Amino acid sequence: MFRPSHFAAVLLFALFASVVFGITQRETPPRMIRYGIYCFVLFVGSAVVLSWLMYLIAR
Amino acid sequence: MATAQNKSAAGETGFVYLPLIAGWLVPGAGHFLLRKWGRGALLAASILGMFVMGIAMQGKLYGGAHDILDVLGLAGDLGNGLLYIVSRVLGLGADQVQVTTADYGTRFIVVAGLLNVIAAVDAHNLRTGRKS
Repeated sequence: MFRPSHFAAVLLFALFASVVFGITQRETPPRMIRYGIYCFVLFVGSAVVLSWLMYLIAR
Repeated sequence: MATAQNKSAAGETGFVYLPLIAGWLVPGAGHFLLRKWGRGALLAASILGMFVMGIAMQGKLYGGAHDILDVLGLAGDLGNGLLYIVSRVLGLGADQVQVTTADYGTRFIVVAGLLNVIAAVDAHNLRTGRKS
């Protein structure tokens, strides 16, 4: 059984979703790459920010 | 003449919904039909990778719809096309989510299906000329 950590699961999810978003939502390869990286950073960044928010609220 | 040859070479003749249906049944197949090899390979790797990891995490494959959340999960799972059907036939995936990673796995499988639908619609848009 594959047991990634919570953060590893976030990274994998962000990677796969960003690749598909990049290819399907933009027309040219350079813009696909830029948009894919943008989506990846947003996925991971928002997960980190929300995690800190929940940590601070729970204290 | 050259344009007609190019269109033929790009798989842009025949049944207009073929890339959509092929892309739904097999991840990336719609783009392969249109000879978009690189895009198709990346889409297939991403969607297959997400689905396989979901199964490896003992994610749940929705088999029936008992409440609204199950209906949404089943709709997402069905987006995987043949992957879902074959996995159901082989009895892969868990019946009940018992550990945290299995919950991640269930989401991975549902999202892989939704991403596959997006990829299939993209193949259709390429076929109809709405996207280049």
